[in-house]
Amino acid sequence: MTAQPLNLVWLQSGGCGGCTMSLLCSGASRLFDQLADAGVHVLWHPALSEQSGAEALALLEDCAEGRLPLDFLCIEGALLRGPNDSGRFHVLSGSGKPMTEWVSRLAGRARHVLAIGSCAAWGGVVAASENPTQACGLQYDGESPGGLLGAGWRGRGGLPVINVAGCPSHPDWITETLMALSLGQFGAADLDKLNRPRFFADHLVHHGCARNEFYEFKASAHKPSDLGCLMENMGCKGTQAHADCNLRPWNGSGSCTRGGFACVSCTEPGFEEPGHPFHETPKLAGIPIGLPTDMPKAWFVALAALSKSATPKRVRENAVADHQVVVPAVKKTGLK
Amino acid sequence: MSRLIVGPFNRVEGDLEVTLDVEDGVVAAAHAGSPLYRGFEQILRGKHPLDALMFAPRVCGICSVSQSMAAAAALADAMGLAAPPNGRIARNLAHAVENLADHFTHFHLFFMPDFARAEYAARPWHGRAAARFRALKGSAAIEAMPARTAFLSMLGTLAGKWPHTLSIQPGGSARAIEASEKIRLYGLLRDFRRHLETTLFNDTLEAVAALDSAAALERWAAAMPRGDFGLFLDIARDLGLDRLGRGVDRFMSYGNYPQEDGLLLARGVWDGRLQALDAQAIAEDLSHAWMAGETRHPAQGLTQPEDGKAGGYTWCKAPRLAGLPMETGALARQMVAGHPLARDLVTNGGGNVRSRVVARLLEIALILPHMEQWVKQVVPGEPFCAQGEMPAGASGVGLVEAARGSLGHWISVAGGRIANYQIISPTTWNFSPRDSGGTPGPLEQALVGTPVGEGNVAVQHVVRSFDPCMVCTVH
Repeated sequence: MTAQPLNLVWLQSGGCGGCTMSLLCSGASRLFDQLADAGVHVLWHPALSEQSGAEALALLEDCAEGRLPLDFLCIEGALLRGPNDSGRFHVLSGSGKPMTEWVSRLAGRARHVLAIGSCAAWGGVVAASENPTQACGLQYDGESPGGLLGAGWRGRGGLPVINVAGCPSHPDWITETLMALSLGQFGAADLDKLNRPRFFADHLVHHGCARNEFYEFKASAHKPSDLGCLMENMGCKGTQAHADCNLRPWNGSGSCTRGGFACVSCTEPGFEEPGHPFHETPKLAGIPIGLPTDMPKAWFVALAALSKSATPKRVRENAVADHQVVVPAVKKTGLK
Repeated sequence: MSRLIVGPFNRVEGDLEVTLDVEDGVVAAAHAGSPLYRGFEQILRGKHPLDALMFAPRVCGICSVSQSMAAAAALADAMGLAAPPNGRIARNLAHAVENLADHFTHFHLFFMPDFARAEYAARPWHGRAAARFRALKGSAAIEAMPARTAFLSMLGTLAGKWPHTLSIQPGGSARAIEASEKIRLYGLLRDFRRHLETTLFNDTLEAVAALDSAAALERWAAAMPRGDFGLFLDIARDLGLDRLGRGVDRFMSYGNYPQEDGLLLARGVWDGRLQALDAQAIAEDLSHAWMAGETRHPAQGLTQPEDGKAGGYTWCKAPRLAGLPMETGALARQMVAGHPLARDLVTNGGGNVRSRVVARLLEIALILPHMEQWVKQVVPGEPFCAQGEMPAGASGVGLVEAARGSLGHWISVAGGRIANYQIISPTTWNFSPRDSGGTPGPLEQALVGTPVGEGNVAVQHVVRSFDPCMVCTVH
């Protein structure tokens, strides 16, 4: 427990506000009490605080000048450097200054900087196509280290920008990262190679997927609403994407694959430009190009052929229906 | 005359800057500025048409399902697809959960905290307002957050997650609902009803929905303490919020929630009388936006940012219907749908801070009982999603009502790719800049005459009465 509450400032840059909305879906019965109990004091959040206009600007200026201690700077949304490096695609209202300038100044004072969501981490959907606004992340530009702050940037606490990625980020990923930092339970070893908290990034979306029996037998969905595995035809990247979405449910009991649609690997840099339509799996000679992480291709091909030939009728038929058309058999002799 | 620049406005979803020309302590003219541009319409060009389902919800994190619904409707129009009954119901449920949750969030987290401000310390209701609604600390917000989370958990079942689902498809829903899930959803609706009836209204939803005039509303409020809605009505009476923020008094609704036999809430325009809506008469004027090009219908619309364009003061285009600015939102929706309370409030005071807030809470009470019926109408085992192919060349339009009002997507497809994609969001209508005739947008008009002073609280009330979503506005 920290004696002095740690000040948190949250800014919304070139994003959709969805990570804030996701945060507010936290399962904690009293979210802000929970954060306060862990020593996190929400000094200003654009969607939640009372201060507006001149009061809010004065507060940000005090943080940027070091008159108020800034412990956590949470940035939601991509950093928009355009047009022509002017930053004018997002000027913080009332200040006349580009948001990129505010973020750079505040980051220079912050103990920890958190990229909330994939836009702030890598650029995200705003950086898709020709990237019309020169969008980037705080410390990454897509997969390339750099971004607004540069690859060498470190906070006063010694850590790089912590990439709480996702589109949106999961409420628990945000609160647990903040609380772990505040309680002194989070260090460099807790970050993966892309500086994402390992507690969620060391899992694959595939882990705990409710479609696992269909995956085992390569019994695949062919169209939206089919129950089968979404990997072979429907563009699902759950076997490659780093996140614990099927172990830690969303909005009570959900996840993308449970919601009937493919994982688009929204925690990964560059997910917005997969080079193929999101709803289709790219294939070479009938084999998906994106194989499960850590799986040699020859093994995958051999196993897929074997499991397809061994698919039970129940699994094969249910895979292409939107409800169970064949239910599991009830054995008469009891389970051994 | 003095000029005042107000911003950042928090609790408005995104970034807003308002420039006020002040004369004798009141606003003489206002300019609404949207200082954030992200370029979704540019990004979507050249993509596979169905990629719109991935990008569209990410236009906006708070009306994400509405964006998905508009994209799916535009794609379905281009594909010639109609959803089966289960798919229609599942989408309506997801859409209504988001719309009601947005109204609920607006009231508790965005709008009411302004009455807890120190500027109001001398008012008789301030103690109650501060105890209930102080930002981040008030007891109402603390109670509202878990109720909101539980209500939105319906979307864990219906849509996988919120925001940003892909279950909403042109042919219906990719997420079939099972028999036990119907019961779970029904239970969650009843839990939310209980919260609303005990803390927000202190009455049944049906009794609130049946209020049919301003006088009936006042009698109802005077009969006994009426929860947080009653507190708002007390504040509104004391501060004269029915005389603050008078808008353009022309209301538009695309209509919402398709049923077996038409829309639950009708499509149309109200400008003193009910009229049909001609969507071909919509055009976006670019004269005061940092956008190049001339006025066009969105089906042919262009998005070409031009930084520093002379005469521009925002990234926001100015949508007009037959050349006129339109107010959109819950009040407009209920005016067009013909709710007697909305009609009476507008007849006696127009669109104003009080009538906009009342219409939002009225809509919660109106729609939730329908949702309880919809859940029961789902037939597990019947199809949820029709299948179809996108032609190599096609065009489509999707018109839906987000919580904040009318949302339209216009798509054209050529060579199997998106040739053009245009979005007009509710706040694009409400917070539009001036057009080439110099006519201000609805917020700009509503701010005229607003008193300016310490903290500019009256200005804040007018702005937030529209429940602006600035991220949507420019996209």
